[in-house]
Amino acid sequence: MRAAARSMPRVATRGKPGQRAAVWIYVLLVGGLLLMVGPFLWMVLGSIKPEADFLKSPPTFWPSQPTTDNFGRLFDQLDFPRYFFNSSLIAFIVTAGNLIFCPMLGYALAKLRWRGKGLVMAVVLATLMVPAGVTLIPNFILMSNLGLVNTYPGLILPFLAGPFGVFLMRQFMLGVPNELLEAARIDGANEFRIFWTVVMPLATPVLATLGILTFLGNWNSFIYPLVMAQEPNMYTLPVALATFATGQYQADHGMLMAGSVILVLPVLIVFILFQRWITEGIATTGLKG
Amino acid sequence: MTVPALAQRRGVREAGTAPSAHRWRQDLTGWAFAAPFVILFGIFLAFPILASFALSFTSFGLRDLQNPIGTNFVALDNYARVLADTRFWSALFNTAYFVMVGVPLTLAIGLLIATALNRGITRFRTAFRVGYYLPVITSIVAIAVVWRFLLNPEEGLLNMLLAGIGVRGPSWLGDPTFAMPSIIAMAVWRNLGFAMVVFLAGLQAIPSELYEAGSIDGTSRWQAFRYITIPMLRPTILFMVVITTIGYLQLFEEPFVMTDGGPLDKTLSVTMYMYQQAFRFFHQGYASAIAYILFVIVAIVAFLQFKFLRSDV
Repeated sequence: MRAAARSMPRVATRGKPGQRAAVWIYVLLVGGLLLMVGPFLWMVLGSIKPEADFLKSPPTFWPSQPTTDNFGRLFDQLDFPRYFFNSSLIAFIVTAGNLIFCPMLGYALAKLRWRGKGLVMAVVLATLMVPAGVTLIPNFILMSNLGLVNTYPGLILPFLAGPFGVFLMRQFMLGVPNELLEAARIDGANEFRIFWTVVMPLATPVLATLGILTFLGNWNSFIYPLVMAQEPNMYTLPVALATFATGQYQADHGMLMAGSVILVLPVLIVFILFQRWITEGIATTGLKG
Repeated sequence: MTVPALAQRRGVREAGTAPSAHRWRQDLTGWAFAAPFVILFGIFLAFPILASFALSFTSFGLRDLQNPIGTNFVALDNYARVLADTRFWSALFNTAYFVMVGVPLTLAIGLLIATALNRGITRFRTAFRVGYYLPVITSIVAIAVVWRFLLNPEEGLLNMLLAGIGVRGPSWLGDPTFAMPSIIAMAVWRNLGFAMVVFLAGLQAIPSELYEAGSIDGTSRWQAFRYITIPMLRPTILFMVVITTIGYLQLFEEPFVMTDGGPLDKTLSVTMYMYQQAFRFFHQGYASAIAYILFVIVAIVAFLQFKFLRSDV
């Protein structure tokens, strides 16, 4: 990617008119960047503003007296540590499930011969396009009858095996040279050993991309936990925030901003640490985070 | 297919004609790898897709929850009622409005930023990429909460800035005219980073020789963009149009948090109406019909986009 960037024509930036164009490009990009980052800044500043700042007219941009009261109320009056725990637990288990089940099927689809393979692949890929709303109601009825509404299994099970991960892993597995697998087979390794000791180590970068995208997707998921977490003890962070933002705390700016910060901060940290995996993984696979 | 692959294939077919333990072992290994995924997928994704279709022909409601088999078959009744339901039609109209304005804006701005990042500039690329991508990975709920306050008529940042230049801003989310455009603006803001990253990858795959040849022929920047960049990017654009449209057709979180579908149902989306029918009024049969209509719309739109945008090359 970098090599390609370096070989891009520089003709346009060489001459004087070109330099002027470059300045305009920077102005455009920086202006756009301010629009992108602005709401996040407003959120962070809002989370440390005392209540009085929101009542002033006109409202203040900077907090008059930075405070942690808003966060304190999330922890004392509401059960945000619990919601944080729920979100983390669910996202971790779902990610782990996808990191095991998707590469297994991906390997079988790309490298093994078995009857039924074509059908499994067609069915899995066909569901990539199905709107989430279609499975929501039957899953709710199913979970009600299994007694799993408002439980961790009810929130986790439907997401342990996602079709996107299979698509991604199969694409990667197709590129693994057959000679490598043949060599291992000649050495007497069975398919499970080959999978664990040869294929999975090779797949580390793709697994990293899949893991990060699955984690972020699940951390942010909303409509399903909204339906399935009926009591506050099972709320995830997005469900808790949306419930309070549309319910009795809807006018409490400071507290809702602080809640948004708690929801966004882990994602921000994951993103900044792994941004290369995410943006390059998405660019090459076209996966949505 | 290469010759060795064909030979290998023929070999398998020959082996398959005689009952062979080897063949059975291969099947067993394949299914052993597939089983964990296929079981979970079958129960929680494939089965619900079919069950949803079946539900759409029943009068399933709250009292059927404990005994799903005992619900009543009503044939096409739900579909007939949906098609006569004015709230459904306004939800469909609002969703279409959101898609038809939102998708072109998101992709155009994403392409503009990607082009600007790809040509012209050499410094701070990563910072720009991270900054523009940030909203994509952020929870829509958090964004919707923050934007609701940004757009607040009295206390919001936007009207505060407008007041600074002497303009009195409207009640963005409370006004039937401005509510949907506000939600579109937020969706464009949130999703343009995704378009940018995908377009950037597409732009970097265009061989630089094409631009060099163009500059020898004396093409302007605009001509190079119009006659080299756009045609070379066509597969990427097609992909982005389809993906973004499918995503936007399922609009839900934004109106749920920001407007609850109001004012006057002007931001009620199809998914939101389905949710209300299923989980506020407990008309699961009726809601399943709405879900399936949306499913069919998504499939048709994706199919048409593939057909027309591809043949346009």
